Amino acid sequence: MLTKRIIACLDVRGGRVVKGIQFVDIVDAGDPAELAHRHAAAGADEIVLLDITATHEGRGTLIDTVKRTAAELFIPFTVGGGIRSAEDAAAVFEAGADKVSINSSAIARPELIGEIGANFGAQAVIVAIDARRNAEAPDPIADAEVYVSGGRKPTGLRVVEWAREAEQRGAGEILLTSMDADGTRAGFDDELTAAVSQAVQIPVIASGGAGNAQHFADVFGRGKADAALAASIFHFGVTDSWALKRELAISGVPVRL
Amino acid sequence: MIQVIDYKAGNLTSVVKALRYLGAEAHVTQSPGDVRGASKIVLPGVGHFRATQLLHDLQLTQATREAIARGVPFLGICVGLQWLYEGSTEAESTDGLCHYGGRCERFPATHDGADLKSPHVGWNSLEDIRADSRLLRGIAPGSFVYYTHSWRAPVDADTAATTHYGGPFTAAVERDNVMGVQFHPEKSGETGLNLLRNFVQI
Repeated sequence: MLTKRIIACLDVRGGRVVKGIQFVDIVDAGDPAELAHRHAAAGADEIVLLDITATHEGRGTLIDTVKRTAAELFIPFTVGGGIRSAEDAAAVFEAGADKVSINSSAIARPELIGEIGANFGAQAVIVAIDARRNAEAPDPIADAEVYVSGGRKPTGLRVVEWAREAEQRGAGEILLTSMDADGTRAGFDDELTAAVSQAVQIPVIASGGAGNAQHFADVFGRGKADAALAASIFHFGVTDSWALKRELAISGVPVRL
Repeated sequence: MIQVIDYKAGNLTSVVKALRYLGAEAHVTQSPGDVRGASKIVLPGVGHFRATQLLHDLQLTQATREAIARGVPFLGICVGLQWLYEGSTEAESTDGLCHYGGRCERFPATHDGADLKSPHVGWNSLEDIRADSRLLRGIAPGSFVYYTHSWRAPVDADTAATTHYGGPFTAAVERDNVMGVQFHPEKSGETGLNLLRNFVQI
């Protein structure tokens, strides 16, 4: 049976793993390669490394960090941050990534989705969407808006519409981060995740707000997510993926144990 | 020397890395001569079936046939497994190796009255593991492996293991020295490394 994936996310800045609360208040959480291996051994189904400062500081992705992290990692490994061209993506794949995650660069130039897919396959392209509910709109979910540059800039794009376009352009998966929930540890945005998941055929990875096992059960159930991402919940020894998945299995969620 | 065939279908880095991690000597090639002289052949690949056209164009198909005929162990991964069949509805005009009968088809849009998402992405379990499989030796039914694909191969007597998604499909195929896996052993943790180790040690 196809299982729901638990994805450990490493937000990296300056070669170190950090995790902010709603994209600010950065705390140092360790070395990316070491943490990636620790997560893999602790049952994570996949690793995502996001260079969170690459876009607005104009830095390239940290190829050396990717190489070091990928060296002995034998589960799927995604890298995002600062990938602006098919060449940038190729360098990241060369360094050992299996998938790239693109965000602002896909919005600036949606053709990029297809260009990376043409060389490396659609499965290797994740379109990441930073989403915020539109509290002023009559339907905050349908009118939820896409943000870029680490949540700093609104784009005027509707989340569900952009997810559909990304799929049509050849994205293999959608990584949906709720800016409202991110870092709160109060639960994922299940309604928004379900709206996106029902709008596309490709897998949707929910992100932002993980605090306990019930939050994951909710986003896999009500939220119809195919995978869910977690970062700070693991870094400080709150729990690990095996423990999380054992709890999920008891709740009837299919997981890899 | 294990010759890993490069036909510009996705990323070979992970497969080569995994083989070397296991102590094998792996060499990436597009040369029919290398393939003829290989002690083992690995054909990785993700992406579109039409990419395999390059195997015909570079005369690698014939070289592979000759190597297989003299007993060289062959492992196809993902599209590399699909290529062992007659072809795929993904690219009707591109022939496969025709070593196994049948064609690869897309997952149906619905199964048992429910929508079926495609691609099939994630960790799914191996079932119906054939006891005589050398590739799957020591791997228990129910072990999880990582998939990412939208087309799948039919189940027949050469199927060495199945996985269920929209019904059963061929997770692994094996007859004598010719083997294939639809999942990515290089991305399937310990289970995947055990399978690759089995192949390296054949």
